[in-house]
Amino acid sequence: MNINFFKVFIFIFVIFFLSIFWLGLKKDRNYSTKNLIGSKISSFQLTSIYNSDSISEEDLKNNQFTLVNFFASWCSPCRLEHKYLIKLASENKKFKILGINFKDKKNNALSFLNELGDPYNFVAKDTDGKTSILFGIYGIPESILIDKDLIIRKKIIGPIDFKQYKEILNLIQ
Amino acid sequence: MLRKIIIIFFILFSPLQSNEANPELIEIYKNLRCLVCQGQSVAESNSDFASTIKLVVQDQIKEGKTKEEIYDFLISKYGEWIVYQPTLSKSNFLLWFLPYVVLVFGGFIVFFIVRKSKHNKAN
Repeated sequence: MNINFFKVFIFIFVIFFLSIFWLGLKKDRNYSTKNLIGSKISSFQLTSIYNSDSISEEDLKNNQFTLVNFFASWCSPCRLEHKYLIKLASENKKFKILGINFKDKKNNALSFLNELGDPYNFVAKDTDGKTSILFGIYGIPESILIDKDLIIRKKIIGPIDFKQYKEILNLIQ
Repeated sequence: MLRKIIIIFFILFSPLQSNEANPELIEIYKNLRCLVCQGQSVAESNSDFASTIKLVVQDQIKEGKTKEEIYDFLISKYGEWIVYQPTLSKSNFLLWFLPYVVLVFGGFIVFFIVRKSKHNKAN
C-alpha cells in the first residue's frame, strides 16, 4: 500500500512539472509593450526641433487621431518606414503625425527630413531620450496611435510596413 | 606637484563623484532588467536604453519618489518583465510558491523512501 502512495506522489510530481514546462513553452517569449494599448498616455512637454514652440499631450486632444513616431537620422529602419509616414500624411487629413526625434543631432535630423521628406505636423526633440520612457519605448523606430482621449489604440514596435500602414488606415477610418 | 595633479585628476573623475555611486540608485538599477540586452541588468549595461532608464530613475529620486513608486512607474510602461523581483500576482504566483511546493513534495518523497527502507529492513 505504501509503495502505491509513493508511486502516486512521483506521478503527480512529474505531471505537475511537465505541465509547467508545457505551459512555459507555449507562452509567447517575445517581449512587447503592446499591453499599453487601451491605456492613457502620460503627460509630456516637448520643444520643436525648429524653434522654441512646445507641444504637450493637451495639444493632441484637438486631433481625432495622432500617430506619435519616434525616429532618428542614425536609425536605418526609420528610413524604411518613412515612405509609409509620407503616404499616411498625404492621404489622410483625419489625423496628425507627431515626430519625436530621439537622441539625435539637430543638423542630422534636419538633413534626414530634407532628404526623405517631412511627414510630421510637429517635430519635437527628445535629446536625452527621457520622453521615450513615458511612452514605453525601448528601441526605435516605434510608433503609437492615440485617439483624442489620449488612449493608445495601436503600438508598432519596429518600422511601419505595408501591413501596419493598412492597419493604421483601418483604425482611423 | 605631478603627484598632486594626478590625485586631483582621479578625485575629480572618480565614480564617487557621480550620481551612480548612490547605493539606492545602484540597488534600483540592479533590480531593473535591460530590455534590449542579453541577461544584463540596467546597472551592468551601457546600452542606450539602460542609460535613459538611469537618467529617469535619477530624476525620480531627485523628485523624492520612493523605490516602489519608481518600480510601479516603470512596470506601468514596460510590464513586470522590467523588474527582476516581480510583485506577487495571479499570473506569477507559481514563481513565488513553486519552491515551497517542491520542498513539500520532496519531503514527502524522502519520507516515503525512508519509511519503505525501514519497512524492508524490518522484514
